[in-house]
Formats: sequence, C-alpha cells, structure tokens
Amino acid sequence: MRRADPLRFAPVEDMADPLLSVEDLRTHFRTPAGVLRAVDGVSFSLDRGKTLGIVGESGSGKTVLSRSVMGLLSQSSVDRSGRVLFAGHDLTAMGPRELRQVWGTQVSMIFQDPMTALNPVVRIGRQITESLRIRAGLDRAAARQTAVALLASVGIPSPERRLRSYPHELSGGMRQRVMIAIALSCGPKLVLADEPTTGLDVTIQAQILDLLSSEQRERSMAMVLVTHDLGVVAGRTDHIAVMYAGRIVESAPTAVVFRDTKMPYTEALIRSIPKLAAPSHTRLLAIEGRPPSLLDPPEGCAFAPRCPYADDRCHREAPPLREASPGHLYACWNPVGTPAAARAFEANRQAGLPAAVAYARSGVAP
Amino acid sequence: MSPPDSPASDEALLEVKDLVVDYRTRHEIIRAVSGVSFSISRGETLGLVGESGCGKSTTGRSVTLVQRPTSGSVVFAGTELTTLAPSRLRQERTKMQMVFQDPISSLNPRRRILDIVAEPLNIWQIGSPEDRLEKAAQMLEAVGMDPGESGHRRPQEFSGGQCQRISIARALILRPLLLVCDEPVSALDVSVQAQILNLLHDLKHEYSLTMLFIAHDLAVVKNASDRVAVMYLGRICEVAPSELLYEEPQHPYSAALLASIPDPDPRSLRDGAPLTGDLPSPADPPSGCRFRTRCPHAQPLCEQVEPPLEEIAPGHLVACHFPEATRHA
Repeated sequence: MRRADPLRFAPVEDMADPLLSVEDLRTHFRTPAGVLRAVDGVSFSLDRGKTLGIVGESGSGKTVLSRSVMGLLSQSSVDRSGRVLFAGHDLTAMGPRELRQVWGTQVSMIFQDPMTALNPVVRIGRQITESLRIRAGLDRAAARQTAVALLASVGIPSPERRLRSYPHELSGGMRQRVMIAIALSCGPKLVLADEPTTGLDVTIQAQILDLLSSEQRERSMAMVLVTHDLGVVAGRTDHIAVMYAGRIVESAPTAVVFRDTKMPYTEALIRSIPKLAAPSHTRLLAIEGRPPSLLDPPEGCAFAPRCPYADDRCHREAPPLREASPGHLYACWNPVGTPAAARAFEANRQAGLPAAVAYARSGVAP
Repeated sequence: MSPPDSPASDEALLEVKDLVVDYRTRHEIIRAVSGVSFSISRGETLGLVGESGCGKSTTGRSVTLVQRPTSGSVVFAGTELTTLAPSRLRQERTKMQMVFQDPISSLNPRRRILDIVAEPLNIWQIGSPEDRLEKAAQMLEAVGMDPGESGHRRPQEFSGGQCQRISIARALILRPLLLVCDEPVSALDVSVQAQILNLLHDLKHEYSLTMLFIAHDLAVVKNASDRVAVMYLGRICEVAPSELLYEEPQHPYSAALLASIPDPDPRSLRDGAPLTGDLPSPADPPSGCRFRTRCPHAQPLCEQVEPPLEEIAPGHLVACHFPEATRHA
C-alpha cells in the first residue's frame, strides 16, 4: 500500500471502497488496577457521504473508539491493535507528523464540551483561522474572510464581530456552532462528532443536529455520530452500531435496528426510554443492574448478567457477531423474538432472576 | 382507595401565588422567576419543564423556601410559609423534601450511607439511635438497596443511579407530604433513568406523595406527571393535563419544544418548526410577551401587551394572544 505523502495527504481514490474501514480495533489501557479493555475488537465501515450512529451508555467505550480511530490517544499507556483504513491509508501505521496531515483536512472531530475544547483565552477568530492558515495555507486576509463565511454558514449572527469574542462570551449553543465551524473549516471528508449536543437544551440540540445534517449534505461528508441518545440517531443516521462493554453488539441500517431488533440490549435501550406517544405513568422497561467492569469483563456475553433471555451458554461463551440479513449483524445466542429467548425468559422468571422479573412487571414478554 | 393513576384530590396541598425571585449581582438584578402561580393537589404530580435558565429550579427551591422569594405567597398544607418564623419554617419544611440533579455531589462523601439516610431523624431527635438506624435500613430497602451489604459503604462506592436511590431514601425518611424533584434523572444513563422513574412512581403511591417534578426532558416529564406547566424566561406560559398538553399544545413555545425532541419512536408525529435563536437574558426580557423574539406567530400586539395566563378550557391555561386553537379557527 502507498504511504501517505509526508507533506500533502493524497487519498488513494477508489470510490468503490468504503471511506473508513475499521478492522478489529482494540484499545486497551494499562491501569494500576489491570488492563482496561475500553475497545475490544470493533469492526465497521462507512461509505462516502453516509452517517453512522454509534450508540452506547457511559462506559461502553464509544468515546474511546472515536478517539482511537482519530489516533488522538497518547501512546504511553495505551495498547492499540487492528487497522483503521481511511481512503486507503492505515491511520494506525502513521506517525504524529503524518497524522497532522490528515486531521482537519481529511478527518476532523467535534467534541462534546465546547467550553473545554475551545481555548478560553484565545479569541474565536484566531481559533478558526489557525487551521485555515496552517492546513489550508491561506494568508491572513483570506483566512479571515473564510472564517467570517464559516461562522455565517453555521448560523452565528454578526460573524465579523464574533471573531473578536472569547468563548465565555458565547452561549453553549453558539460555542458548539463555533466548534462545528472549526471542524468543517478545512473541508474534511469525514467528521467524528462525539456527543455533539449533550448538555444543550432540546431546542438548541435540534438546531445543532439540523445544522450538522445540512452541512453534511452540502459538503457530501461522511459522519460518525457518537451518542448515548437513541432519539438523536434515530432520525439522522443511515446505519446504527450499538456498543456494550467495548464491543459492537448489534449493527444494522437505522430502520432495521428499530423494526427487527435482535440483541436484547438494543431492545432494552429502545424500550427503557420514555416515549412522547405513550400515556403518562407508563411503566418503563428498566434494565436491572449496571454495565460490567471493563477491567474484568464476564466470561460469556457481557450483557448476560442483566439479560432476561440469558441461559447457561450465554454466561459461558461469548456470542460472535452473526448476520441476520445483509448489513444486519448481532451478537446473541438467544435473539429477541426467538423460541430460545422465550424458553430462557420463562425459566429465568420462574427462577426469580431480577432482569426477567422486571420485564414481566413491565408487561414485556418475548 | 383511589385508583392508582388518578389519586389527586381537589384539595390543594401547595398553592403558589405571584412568586417573584430576584438574584442581585453587582451590576444588575436578574429576575429569575417573574410572577409564577400554580397549585398542586394532594396526590398529584405537577411537572415543570423549560430550557436551562427559565427559572424552573429557582421555582422549586423557592417553594421549599430554600431560596427566599422576593415577593409572592407559598401556602403549604394551609400554612403561609413566607411569613413564618424561622423555627416554625424549619418544622414545616420536614414535610417537604427535595431530590437534586447530581446524586453524587448531593451526598456527603465522608459519611456512610446508613448515616446519611438516618441524618434527618438525628436532626429531629426522632426515636432512639438504634431505631433511627433500623428505620434508615428499612428505607434503603424500600428504594431497592441492600442495607446489610451497602449501608456501611460511602457514596463514592456507588453508581449515579444508586446514589440517586440513596438521596430518595434520605428525602423520604421523615415521611414528607411533598417531594420536589429537580432533574432527578438527567445525570443518569437511559437504562438507569428508567429504574429511577419507576421507583419514584412506586414510592409515590406507597407513601402517598405529592410531587413537583422539574426536568428539561419533555418525555420524562410526561411519563412522571399528571399535569405539566411549561416555563419560559421566568414565567409559566402553559399549564395542562399532561396528555392534553402533548396532544394539543396551545402555546407556540410548548409546540416548539415538542417539535425539537428527537423521538426514537417512529410512530410519533412531529410538526412545527424547531426554534431559532437563543434564550434572551432574564436580566433584560423582551417587552410584552417574553417569547415573541423567537415566536413564529408574533404580531405587533405581542410586543406591546404581555398576555396573561388564562383558562381556555377546563384545567388548560395559556399565556398567549394567539393560541394554536384560535389561529387554526
């Protein structure tokens, strides 16, 4: 394979290949308490211009996954294996100098907390023009002009004046718009957005998500949207991958995830959210217990201790990712809606297993 | 016994009238709550929703007089709280307890959870020390914690969801009549959020609680509440039974809030455009209707006259010159 040009990143353009292809990525942290398997064998691919939603609860490894894909984690206490192919180049084989050619111009990132991601003592203008001057090689005047246009395009009123503002002078929503402007400034082909709207009010969240979709369409960028909120990804992604304990447990086109759920964890996530359409005081499906420690994950399926459909095999043997239909992968021995799941559920309910009892109380039967 | 989901009687447990709360800074006075009135019947749950900065938390804190209101009246179980002597107020307050958003920082990290839950009993010297620990253990059990296994551990050993259970146990140990929950689930993961919402629902019936449920998430509020009040910039703009509010919002702000929610349920219908712009500063609210700067239907009248909160149907109050129903008529 061709190496990246040390000065200018030249993508190996083969439009048939996916833009991003992650193969068996593992990211383990060496901690005093042992090895923490934050990402443990994740594979996915993303085509040009498409959106992938990565959904998981806190501690599922979704944030580490996005940083690992970008190559943003420090080398010292992290063991990373697997491959991250972006436009034909393996990002995991690149050194810091080469990666700097990729960041911003090819792949960029939008972080959750714009207050800590922006430099608090540098004016907005310099934070945007910095990458334009270094990466895109614009002179001062051209960079300024581009910055004004960028701020206007992300919906910031009186952009010329805003260039002179400091981050603390902007509201949370405005700061996130600035983050988006910075991420888009050098025309990346892929944007990784890590919880881009968490902590914002619903009305502002809707504005930011709409902005991201329209920018994405206009620039035909691909996007990875990392979030804990299934509602955020439901209407805005082509494909969803659900993560649990450092692994992808179900992955399918967005409509299929909701229509033909296979993995009990996905089912539980969908059904535990209060729905607007449901009447008041509807009993929610609560998943008992907590996600396992990534320092010492259970031997079998990581969800088995909380799963109402788990049987002996689930506790013993980790299920592999299997294909339900083209593009729909799931990792489960007793998928939702199968006779095996119903049998296991009945046995668990009679044995008084908390997960099954809670399901029965919520009126859920497989 | 009343049926489980409509236990509200007509008698008001809490009546708030013209509540005003000012915060003074060095340069300005910020009116966080600007003339809010509502009442909660015994056994009822009133939801209070709005964006951050709308004054919903301040309202919750003023109801329990943790934050002294600048003016207005708070009548709780027939007693006017705002004019009460401090010692009497302390006594009244035992009947109204709060559960806060951040479950971990609202618990003293250096104390054992059994002592945290028993603390209100210690303060009021209720029962012997052994009785108190016994009662605390029962309360922990009621919120789904194992007192034997966890009672002697400290808050940082527990997850956010478990800490919220402990906060709830502490709030309920004095058997309050009113529970004010300020964003009780917004810091929790979705799977845990469902556990806490179900728990609150069960406890409400077990302990015949009346609740003020404050949250920014409309779906969560709908799930927990009998009636919902929508706040915008220090004022209530709409109050209605929750089903009605969600099906036929009359205030353009309520409609916009509903339209903004990313709903994972493909069956739900969404109409109305999401809002543009940010919340104006409460230090300098717009003239007339406070929502007019972001309202898609604003007219010249809205700039001049502030619309009062009026009943347009039984139990349905709206503060708008041009509510949804009249615009379509």
